Order: sequence, then structure tokens, then C-alpha cells
Amino acid sequence: MTGEQLFLQQLLNGLTIGAVYALIALGYTMVYGIIQLVNFAHGEIFMIGAYFGLSLFACFAAQAGAAISIGVLALGLIVAAAGSALLGFCIDRSAYRPLRKAPKLSALITAIGVSFVLQNTVMLIYGAQDRYVPSLAAAGSMDWMGVHWTAMQGLIFAVSLFLMIGLQWVVYRTPLGRSMRAVAQDPLAAQLMGISVDRVIAITFLIGSGLAGVGGVLFGVYYSTINFHDGYLTGLKAFTAAVLGGIGNIPGAMVGGLLLGLLEGLGAGYLSSQWKNVIAFGVLVLVLLIRPRGLLGERVGDRA
Amino acid sequence: MLLSAEKIHACYGAVEVLKGISFDVSAGEIVALIGANGAGKSTTLMAVSGIVPVNSGKIKFNGEPIQALSTQKRVGLGITQVPEGRRIFPQLTVLENLEIGASLRTDKAEIARDMERAFSIFPVLKQRRGQLGGTLSGGEQQMLAVARGLMARPKLLLLDEPSLGLAPKAVAALFEVIREIPKNGIAVLLVEQNAYQALSIAHRAYVLETGTISLQGSSAELRQNPGVKKAYLGG
Repeated sequence: MTGEQLFLQQLLNGLTIGAVYALIALGYTMVYGIIQLVNFAHGEIFMIGAYFGLSLFACFAAQAGAAISIGVLALGLIVAAAGSALLGFCIDRSAYRPLRKAPKLSALITAIGVSFVLQNTVMLIYGAQDRYVPSLAAAGSMDWMGVHWTAMQGLIFAVSLFLMIGLQWVVYRTPLGRSMRAVAQDPLAAQLMGISVDRVIAITFLIGSGLAGVGGVLFGVYYSTINFHDGYLTGLKAFTAAVLGGIGNIPGAMVGGLLLGLLEGLGAGYLSSQWKNVIAFGVLVLVLLIRPRGLLGERVGDRA
Repeated sequence: MLLSAEKIHACYGAVEVLKGISFDVSAGEIVALIGANGAGKSTTLMAVSGIVPVNSGKIKFNGEPIQALSTQKRVGLGITQVPEGRRIFPQLTVLENLEIGASLRTDKAEIARDMERAFSIFPVLKQRRGQLGGTLSGGEQQMLAVARGLMARPKLLLLDEPSLGLAPKAVAALFEVIREIPKNGIAVLLVEQNAYQALSIAHRAYVLETGTISLQGSSAELRQNPGVKKAYLGG
């Protein structure tokens, strides 16, 4: 493998996982943008999305461990999106909404608590060991320009890109998105204009959690295993991506996710894959030092 | 009678700010609520909008009790507030700010007509309709806030300190617009520290002092009242 090939290969691998980070980072950034809460349970919603997919695949597998068709994968993505969306909605309704007027720290501590509850619930149901996730049947791959491209990578890009464009459209082109932006900027003024703030927050949780559920299934199928504590590290990295892009900023979360994946991929290629977490969190420290508001973040003063 | 409040009590935090005040507003009327800072003027408007809960007493709109209704329902009935400090959405365009004002409406053609009407009242907003709200000057932001409130097609418009922080010229222009609002059948409840301005356009007024109404009457009467003159009109 030439130097150029190594670079391109790591670029591709990095962007693939970066697309998954971006999907998860969107949920962090949307929730933060609207209620200034770092939803620590969001990583768990992502992880549970993967388990939703796993359970659905088990229903369709002819024998344990058999590969799944593209149709079953699509169904898994939809079921995980719906399941995670509903889970996120229920968490907000039962754990965060009663604390809306409480100090921010109360909701943050609650989020950490919810995260533990979800992790342990999944551990009780699915066990503590790694679970094998079936791969995509007849998924080809090709070598082009000396780089190995898999169909699954292509699928991850396609699905993530589609969802991110869709989200941009909803947020910037529809009345719902307009209400979401209004609530994020000034909840009291939005309420005085007749917007139901609780409803907009609930929809934000639905959308953000649904995206994380999709990310979970893609992650599981890509790496072939899933574990109940996978939400912790991946969630933290997606949060890093959201901070990198500027927390509260939707395009920022997308850019931050892809960039973080890229840095990890290149770091793994040129240093060692054991260094990739160090790189991810090193980047977080650097961003916080040099540009605390993130790459695309607004100045805090703009939030009137 | 469009709006009537009977002996309402309300708290701000743990402090009782409204100590049983009663007032009313009829259709097509401009009613001013004047008083010093901290007298409870803003709390009164927040109670009418349903942001601050009323502990006792009654608020009726068109004869129906509304104090159990959400803010959203009250906006739907026709009570819209232009809050203190304008609070336009700084990262939304002028056009989007106006559209947010019409959030609860579904009559697209009528919304478009009201938008045109708003632009004819405030031509500067038409020029700046693609700009972000936060880039407007203070006076323009206040115009946007009033226009946004009118986009809801209210029956009662609550205006909280519209003159605050504006240059005298902008205040004069704004009050000319407010004076015209009742001609479209919209009643106005105006809260102002600038009592002189408020009494110049209001039909009637109430004077609020530390949570109770100390005086009420027509604007002409209040302008002549020695107590009002001394306390609020600078002698």
C-alpha cells in the first residue's frame, strides 16, 4: 500500500464513522440548542437503537448469525428510528419536563441517572457480553484507486447524507423548523406567539433520538458487534463532535462529526488505532482552549 | 366588555406583586396601565397572557373565564402580547419573525394580506424582510415586535413598555401607529412608564401602585389629576 493509498483508505474509514458521529451529534446539539441540556442519556438512545435493530434482525434470520438482506436492514433502520424516537420522547416527558423550571444542573444529573438506568436495563435484557450483529448479505466491495470500498460504507454515507439533508430542510424550510428555531432563541417570546413550547421540545427529542437510533443500527452492522456500554464512549465522542462544530448549531454537528471521524481515521492510520480516543478527546481540549464556541458556533452574546 | 380582571392576586417568585387588582378593556379601546418601576405592570400583562398564574380572582375574555387556559389557547382566542424588551427572534429573518406571529393561523391567503398590511404600516420592514431580526436598530426591532403581534390577528393587543430604550423620534412614530390600532377593531392594553406618552393616546388609564390600583379614569381626567401630575408627569 502506497502512502497515498493509506491516506485515502483512512480518509474513507474515518469519514464513515464520522457520518455516524454526525447523526448522533445532531441529537445532542438540537436538545442543547433548545433547552441547554447536555442529554447524557443520548448515547444510550443510540446504543438501544442498535439493539432494536438486532432484535428485528433476529426475527428475520433463518438461523442465528445469518446475514440480512438490504430490505431487512431498511426495516431495521425504520424500527430503530421509531423505537429510539419514542424512547427519547418518553425520557423527556417523564424525566426532563418536570424539571424544566428547575436549575439546569438538576436536569443534567437526571440525564446521567437516566443513562445508567438505560445501560443497566439493556444489560439485564441482552446480557453483558458483546452481541454479534449480522452483516449485510451479498454486500460487495470494490477496490478503486487502491482503496477498499465496501457497500456498507456506501450505505452509511447515503443514509446519513439523506437524513442530514432532510433535517436541514425541516429546520430551515418548514413551519415546524421555524418554531423550533424560535423556541431555541427565546422560549418565552415563542410561547407568547402561541407556540406550544413543550410540544416543540418533544418533537426535538423525537427527531434527535430517531437519528441516533438509525446511527445505532448502522454502527452495529458496520462493526458486527454491539455491547450495552457502547453508548458511553460513542456518545461522548458524538458530544465532542457537537462541541467541535459549535453546540446548538445543526450544520456544526454535521461538520464536527465528519471532522472528528476523519481525525480518528488518520490518527489510527498514521499513529496507531489505540491512539484514536486520545486524538478525539485531545481535539475536544484544543477546541475548548482555542475556540470555545466551536467551529460554526455563534458567539454566546448573540443569544439574547 | 372584552377583557375584565376582577380582584386578581399574583406572585412573582415568592413575593405577592398583584394585590387584588380589577380593571377592564372594551373593544376598540386603548387602555393604559401606568405606574412606577416594580408596581406590577408587567406581571399584570403576564397574568393576562397566562405566563404568571393567578392565585385568586377572575380574568374573563369575552365573558368567558380564561385563567385556566394555556398561553397558546389565549393567543388562539385573540390575546397577543408584545413583550417588554421587544424579544424579537434575532436569528430569524424579519419575514420569519412575522410568520411566527401567525403561528396559530392556517388561512394562508389572509396571512399574506396581513403581511402586506404590516409592510404598508412599517415600510422599513419590507425593505429588511430578508435580514436577520438581530441586525435591525432598536426602533426597527420594536416595529417588528408590534407587527409580529398584529400578525396573530388579535382582538386584544398587550403592549409592554413599547417606548423603552427608543429615541424620541422613534417613540413618536411608534405611538402614531399604536393610536391607529383600534381602528381595525383591536383593543390595546398599554403598559408604560412614560405616562405622558401613554396618556396622550389612551382613552382611559389605571394607575398601579405597589400592586394595587390607586386611580382610574379617562386620560383627560388623569392628566389633570394633581397626584398623577406630580408623580408621573414631572410636575
